[in-house]
This record gives sequence, C-alpha cells and structure tokens, in this order.
Amino acid sequence: MSVDKKTVAKIADLARIAVGEDELEPLVGELNNILDWIEQLSEVNTDGVAPMTSVVAVDLPWRTDKVTDGGYRDELLANAPNSEHGFFTVPKVIE
Amino acid sequence: MTKLTELTLAEARDGLVKGDFTSRELTEQYLANMEQGRELNSYIVETADIALDMADKADGMIRGGNATGMTGIPIAVKDLYCTKDVHSCSASHILNGFKPKYESTVTANLWQDGAVMLGKTNMDEFAMGSSNETSYYGPTLNPWRAAKENGEQETKNYVPGGSSGGSVAAVAGGLAIAATGTDTGGSIRQPAAFTGLVGFKPTYGRCSRWGMIAFASSLDQAGPITKTVRDAAIMMESMASYDVKDSTSVERTVPNYEHALTGDVRGLKIGIPKEYRMDGMPEEIETLWQQGIAWMKAAGAEIIDISLPHTKYALPTYYIVAPAEASSNLARYDGVKYGLRVEGDSLDGMYKNTRAEGFGHEVKRRILIGTYVLSAGYYDAYYLKAQKIRTLIAQDFAKAYEKVDVILTPTAPSAAFALGEKSDDPIAMYLNDIFTVPASLSGLPAISVPAGLSKDAMPLGLQIIGRAFDEETVLRAAHALEHAASFTTKPKVWWGEK
Amino acid sequence: MAKYIQGATGEWEVVIGLEIHAQVTSEAKLFSGSSTKFGSEPNTQVSFVCSAMPGMLPVINEECIRQAVRTGLAMGCKINLRSVFDRKNYFYADLPQGYQISQFKDPIVGEGVIEVTLEDGSTKVIGVERLHLEQDAGKSMHDQHPNQTYVDLNRSGVALMEIVSMPDMRSAEEAGAYFRKIRTLVRYAGTCDGNMDQGSMRADVNVSVRRPGAELGIRSETKNVNSIRFMMQVIEFETRRQIDLLEDGGEVLQETRQFDPASGTTSSLRSKEEAHDYRYFPDPDLLPLEFTQEFVDELAKSLPELPDVKKDRLITDFGVTEYNAGVLVAEKDNADYFEELLQDLAQKTGKDKVKLATQAANWVIVDLFGALKKAGKSITDSPVSTAHGAELLALQVDGTISGRIAKDVFEIMLETGNNPEQIVEEKGMKQVSDTGAIEAMIDEILADNQDKV
Ligand SMILES: [Mg+2]
Ligand SMILES: [Zn+2]
Repeated sequence: MSVDKKTVAKIADLARIAVGEDELEPLVGELNNILDWIEQLSEVNTDGVAPMTSVVAVDLPWRTDKVTDGGYRDELLANAPNSEHGFFTVPKVIE
Repeated sequence: MTKLTELTLAEARDGLVKGDFTSRELTEQYLANMEQGRELNSYIVETADIALDMADKADGMIRGGNATGMTGIPIAVKDLYCTKDVHSCSASHILNGFKPKYESTVTANLWQDGAVMLGKTNMDEFAMGSSNETSYYGPTLNPWRAAKENGEQETKNYVPGGSSGGSVAAVAGGLAIAATGTDTGGSIRQPAAFTGLVGFKPTYGRCSRWGMIAFASSLDQAGPITKTVRDAAIMMESMASYDVKDSTSVERTVPNYEHALTGDVRGLKIGIPKEYRMDGMPEEIETLWQQGIAWMKAAGAEIIDISLPHTKYALPTYYIVAPAEASSNLARYDGVKYGLRVEGDSLDGMYKNTRAEGFGHEVKRRILIGTYVLSAGYYDAYYLKAQKIRTLIAQDFAKAYEKVDVILTPTAPSAAFALGEKSDDPIAMYLNDIFTVPASLSGLPAISVPAGLSKDAMPLGLQIIGRAFDEETVLRAAHALEHAASFTTKPKVWWGEK
Repeated sequence: MAKYIQGATGEWEVVIGLEIHAQVTSEAKLFSGSSTKFGSEPNTQVSFVCSAMPGMLPVINEECIRQAVRTGLAMGCKINLRSVFDRKNYFYADLPQGYQISQFKDPIVGEGVIEVTLEDGSTKVIGVERLHLEQDAGKSMHDQHPNQTYVDLNRSGVALMEIVSMPDMRSAEEAGAYFRKIRTLVRYAGTCDGNMDQGSMRADVNVSVRRPGAELGIRSETKNVNSIRFMMQVIEFETRRQIDLLEDGGEVLQETRQFDPASGTTSSLRSKEEAHDYRYFPDPDLLPLEFTQEFVDELAKSLPELPDVKKDRLITDFGVTEYNAGVLVAEKDNADYFEELLQDLAQKTGKDKVKLATQAANWVIVDLFGALKKAGKSITDSPVSTAHGAELLALQVDGTISGRIAKDVFEIMLETGNNPEQIVEEKGMKQVSDTGAIEAMIDEILADNQDKV
C-alpha cells in the first residue's frame, strides 16, 4: 500500500498539522519509503495469532472511589498559553 | 588525589560515606566540568543552584547516617522526565517553556534517596531518533572522536547515539557521574554503546512511567546510564518501584541488585541467536561478538546456539506500533494547556499552526505514519498485523528461555557515525536499533556493556537480554562480561579550552 | 401493530435508535481521583490527569466498573467478563487528551432486551445492543467572550455509560417509553441519578424513514438531546423533514444534527464527508478489564427488586390494576410509599391487603400525587406520612368518615401535618351530616394556616 498527495493531506488534516502544498510531494516520497519497507510484514503468517495486549502478565489495578485529587486550578493554568477567569481559552468556536 | 569526577558511582558512594569528601565538593567539580563541556551540548538546562542545595541536604543525610546508594551522587536527568518547576520539554519546541507542577516517580525516587540533580539533558525530540540530531536544542556531540589512519584524532564530530544522547555524552564527557535515560526501542542501550558506557533497560513495568513524557506507552521504560555495571545496579535499585499511579507498573519487590554481582557465571546458559548475524554487518561487530562469546565461555558459562526466527520483522513491527501510539500520545500538544501556541483563524487553524511549528520533521513524519496505520481501512493490515507479529517475537524469546538464561548479542550494528551522515535517510537511521528493538517489543530487560573499540578506535558494546523481571541474572552476566572486557579507554578531551 | 405515517405518496415507517449517555453515580472520576460534584467553580475539580498534563496516566475507578455491571444486570443484558478500553482519537477544545478513553470492540455489557408499556396498554420489546464505559468531555462556553471560547474541565473524565439501543423503535412514543424505562432502571440500580436538567442523562437520537417493510433508510443522528420532550420533538421533526425530502425526490444525508429547543427544529452539524476517522485502538496505558462471574453474582445480589418484578407482584399479590401498578413502580420511592401504607392499613383494619390495595392505590395516585404535584413536592418530602395516610384510609374503611369528609380531612392534613384521627376528633367530624357546618370549619382552619399556604 502506498500514499499519494491527497492521502497525505488527509492524514495531516486528521493529525492537525499544517502542511504546505510544497511539502506534500516530499512527504509522499518519505512516507512511501517507510511503507514499502514495512510491507515485508505481509509475508508473515499470523493466522490464529492473538495480538499483543500487554508485554507483562499483570491485572489491571482498580482504584477505590475516593476523591484524592484536584482543587489546584492555579497549578493547572500555570503553563497555559492563555487563560481567563479560571478558564482555559481557545479561539472562538462558532456552533 | 584523583579528580573526584573520575570516580565511579560506587567509588563516590563509598568515599562520601567514609567522609573523604562531601557531596558539595563532588557536585562543584561536576558543575565546573559542565561549564567546560558546554560545547558538547549535552545539557539543555543546568540546575546549579538546585544541585548545590540537594548536595547540602545529601551531606546532611550522610552525617545523620541515613545514606543510601545514591545519596550525594550528582546525576543528569533526561529532559523527558517531568521535574517539578524545572524545564521538562522532551527537547521539543511544542513544550516550549513547560515547567511541570509535579515530579516524575522515577526522579522522585532518586531525590528521595538523596541523589543530586545537575540538569536536564539533551535528547532526540520526544525520544524519536538514534543520533540526538532531532532535538529542537541542536545535536549533542559525542565526546569520542575517531582516530585517523595516522592515529591522530579526527576533528569532525560524531553522534552520541539516541535518543538519550545528552545523557550518555554527559557521563562519557565527565559532566555527570551517571544519568537517567529512557528506552523505547534502544534509546538507552545504543547510545551507551556509542560512548563506551553501560546502559540498562529493565523489564517493562519495573519502573513507573508516571511523569515520563510519553512516546510509545507500551514500550517506554526508564533506566540508568552509568560508567560500570555496579553503578547501574545501584542506580536501578533506586529508580525501580511499584507505582499505583501507573496501571502498567508491576507489583514486585525490588531486590538489592548489587548483591547479584557475584562474578560467578559458571554453568550460566547463554544463548547466541543466529538471526542476529545480519549480512552487511561490519566485520568488527562480528569479531567483537565472537570475542564476547569466548570471554563468557572462559568464565565458565555454557554457550548454546538458539533461533529467534522473527527477528528480522522486529524493526518494521516497531515502526508501526511506536508511531501509532505516538500519534495518539502527542495529540495533547494542541496549544491549549501548556507549551507553544501559534494563533490561527479558527480553533483548527490554531491547532494546525501550533503543531506545524512545534514539532520537528522526524516527529511529524512519525505522527503521520502513526495516523495512517490507525486510519479507517488500514488498521487491520498495519496495526493489528504488527501486534500479532509482536506476539510471535515475544514467543520466540519465551521458547529460547526454556533453554537458556540470557542471550548475548551485539548492541548496535556499527560504531558511532559522523554527525549528519545518516540524518537524511530515515531507514538507515532506524537500522541502528535492529538489535535492541526485539527486547523492547517483548518488554525484556537488556543491558549494553562496553566491550571494545572499532578499527578507528570508537567504542563498541555487547548486549545481554534476560527473562522478564530477571534483572539480577542480566546484571550478573553483564558484570562478568565487563570484567573480561576490562574496557578502560576514555575519550581524549578535545572540548573546552585546550 | 406498526404505526405508519401517511405521506403524500403513500405510507412511511420511522425507525429510531437511541444512544443514551448516563453519568455514572460515583465520588471520583473514571480514571482520576478528582471529584464529580456538579456545579463547582471552573477547573477546580480537575487533576493533572484529567487535564492531560505530559506523563500523566489513567487508573480505573472500581466503583464505575460496579455501576456499569449493576446497570447491565438491571437491563437484563449479558455481562462481559473481559472488556477493553480503546482510545477514540479526535481534536476538540474540551478534550484535553486529544482522545476519549472509551470501549469500542469489547464493551463491558453486551446485548439484552427492555420491555416497555405504551399508552394503549400494549407492550413492546426493544433490544439493547450494548453498554460501554467512557470518559465525559469538558465544557466549552462560547458566549462568555467576543472572540474566545472558555474551557472548563470539571466534567472532563467523569464516567459515562453509553447505552446503545437496537433500531427497534417505531414512534416518538416508543422512544419516550424506552428512555423513561432506562431512566427508571438506572435509578432503581442507583447507578445514575437520571437528573436530566444537570445533564446526567442525554440522548443521541438516530432517525430514518422507509417504506413499510423496505430496507433501512439513511439515518440522521441528533446529538445531546437532554429531555424526553425534546427527544420526541426531534423524532417528529426529523420524520417529517425526511419524508418531505424523499417525497420531493431529494435524499436524506447521513449526518450529525443538533436540536434547537427554541424553534423545535434540527439543523446540520457535520456531514458524512467531514465525518471523523476516530482511529480507535486499545489504550496502551490500560490493560484489558477482567473480573469473575462471582464478582457479577455478588453485584446481582445487591440489586433491589426491579420495576418489572415489582409490578407483577403488586398485580398478582394485591390485585392492583395493571395501570396503577405501572404508575407506582415508575419511581422506586412511590412504590415503597404505597407498600408501606398498605402494610399499615392492613394492620389498622385487620383486613386483607388484597381487599385494601385498590382503594390505597387510587388514593396514593389520585389524591396524594395530585396534591404533591400542586405543591411541587416529591414523595420523599410528602407532608403526609404513610402512617397518617393509612390512618385516613382506615377511618373510611371502618365507616367513621365518608369519602367526601376524607377529602376534607386530607386537605387539613396537608395544611397542618396533623394526624387524621386527631383532626376528626377535634373538629367533631364523626357522623356529622351538616356539610355546611364543615365547609365553614374548613375555611376557618385554612384561614388559621394562611402562613403555611
Ligand atoms: Mg454517539
Ligand atoms: Zn459516547
């Protein structure tokens, strides 16, 4: 499988990365090189093989239902590029 | 008296407890070396004030008789670890100015034991790279330089390996006694091999990932980069812990790893996987490997040929799984909560501008690959297929460990290469991890030990891979290998004022 | 029998499926230790985990697991002993991680069926496809600033149960009955407060139309409808819109729409072309969720008697009418009030419950509920206790007072909270025949208690 300019533009949009028209062509080449190289995996027979879920055999730990965290808004907002009245802010979303 | 910065971690520990010198004295010498060695670009930020403050506290602990193995030991911390109120950006512009309000579990463990933070080290952006050339803060230089035909030292620069390039350069250059690294596909072991150091990746789940800036969650693991195997054992014991804040951390008591260094490997079964003999692999790597086998045999170990049939598929499998996880892990960098924000005409415009400017080229490339392999219609062919092959790779190891206790391989397919030599050929760069990735995909503990020099006098390493949570046997074998190799060469200082 | 809608070109059938999001009742969030309390100051119930700070990791809240299983059991669904958390990847201002942790391929609860009773007394079985656990998002406020949207993450990470129905509903009435039934069940199980004005329950409404017996039509999905009335409006509007569209030779687009309560209409939010590609994959920060059948059985034991069982019991044991039984069990507190009162009444009168049930049910449903509705009170803060209610009915049963007088006594009880015997005693209401005198007396009492009115 290989990608074209249209696909790369679509992926970049899904990933929310601005990609200029001039950058598309080189990216197509780079990604296809990697995809061609990855292609060799298709020769491996994986019939009836279970996909890896976790490399170590452990059970999912469960937390008790207690309020143990939160209540430090200033520390949350300390690194925010922009915040007002205790809110994070983003460019207005028109709905 | 020898320069304090020439001591190993174990020697420094003993000297501190004996009272031969204080942590402040030791720390001050390292701070001086750091100033001398800025040319190496191994640190992104130096934290001298914090260091001296921690050193004084450590000296107090020692006087009070509360010293641990790490008390008063000045170490460097990879920028990928969140350290409270200190620059923690995974060497990415997108985390521009980020100073977390929390401390990663691994560094908290080290500070708890009295370790001293010298600064945050350079790395490949988000740990995506094998040469430290993808850092937003510029490449780190390898303290080692090759020897020309005439024996003179090269004047060009070499990469320290990656992604923990700043950490290894700091230790190899005498700018830290040891350093924390992180290993996703070889990011501790390969750079350690490139700089004549010991790099240890424990079993996945041994160290908490809480507070480590995620690259690929199912692979990321913390580990020490040190001068010796003993140093690695001491530091590993401090870093490892079960953490209720990390659902993938494993509840097991952490043994005294130093006790495992008995020097006795008689009867130890060491597997030699034939699939690690790659065509096109430099002669000197094969030779070193054979030498390693001979050393272990001489030490009384039993050498057994084994097969890990899916080895050649490990790297492409890794380059599906890791980018897929990364594409999702890095979605949180959107210009809203922290780091860089580049305004745009809309919310999506802001996202796209921020991420276009904030991520470097290699990171973008991996996010795009990861997004593609997870996208509708491709998931089964790529991601699901890769996770199935990952199962097969893990099964190869499981079968092998029915016959052997550890596996011995080269760490990397070559010695450190010149700066820029591979930076425009991604796949050539990816191949650096060909021997380290299989253990990562299987979550197994693995260590790189300096074992010799290339024909042009650059360090080379051998890797020992063990059973899950059997770090002790890995360390015991590594200790014996280190003893046999007795690698003592140090880089000839070319940096700072000559 | 199916109800068809008469269009200009013939009959149409509407097909409805619901995705109900119900907020899990728990102290802390699904994967972090911050509080779920409603209506706190912005971003005060947010941890480093629910604000997606670098290096933060999820750890699951065991109570949320129990609540999901209890709900599954209450709905009579299959419980999956192994389920998997996946990441649903998309970017939005109130989604700090850039993905929502949800369950895609392997939900914690599988298929089941819900039986609902319709106005005409007929019943209908509606399939439940699945219930899965997922994180709620934060809240975006678009009207606080001219060119900024404000983001509050207090809700971010709160546990939700998404209950997905089969496309089995054929009218707004059926959808309303199904939603009400789900609400009754989660309230019985104590897994969701069902509080719709606080957004504890909201529905994504999938509507399509087709010619009777034809293939399923293209559906529209109207998101986040937060009241049953609105949901029924959405269905009516979408049915009409789609039929008109098709009859004018147009076609229905598969799209996401939003409801405007002011106009009672829906409008397009996102078309299929711009549809998301969520790139689901198992969350590598979490292992599969596994538990034993014993764990499930324990939870089953802890559940109260469920409405369907309770209803049958009221009918078969006490001879309560089908309709009355349905009304009484809709809210557990109502059913409990009724049974307590019936118990008292049987004791006081020494008569068999079967002989008293109908009178008691009628009084509770007609007199008491009517009075409570007028006073805007709920059964739990009723001014008339079950004991007093039983006393009042007992006075009628033993002929001390007539039904006519009982109504007057009840009014006084509502005013004063006094017990009926005392009232009847003081006011000498026994065998009083001169109704005029009584009327006067009541007016006087009401006057005395103006302040309480
Ligand atoms: Mg939905
Ligand atoms: Zn949902």
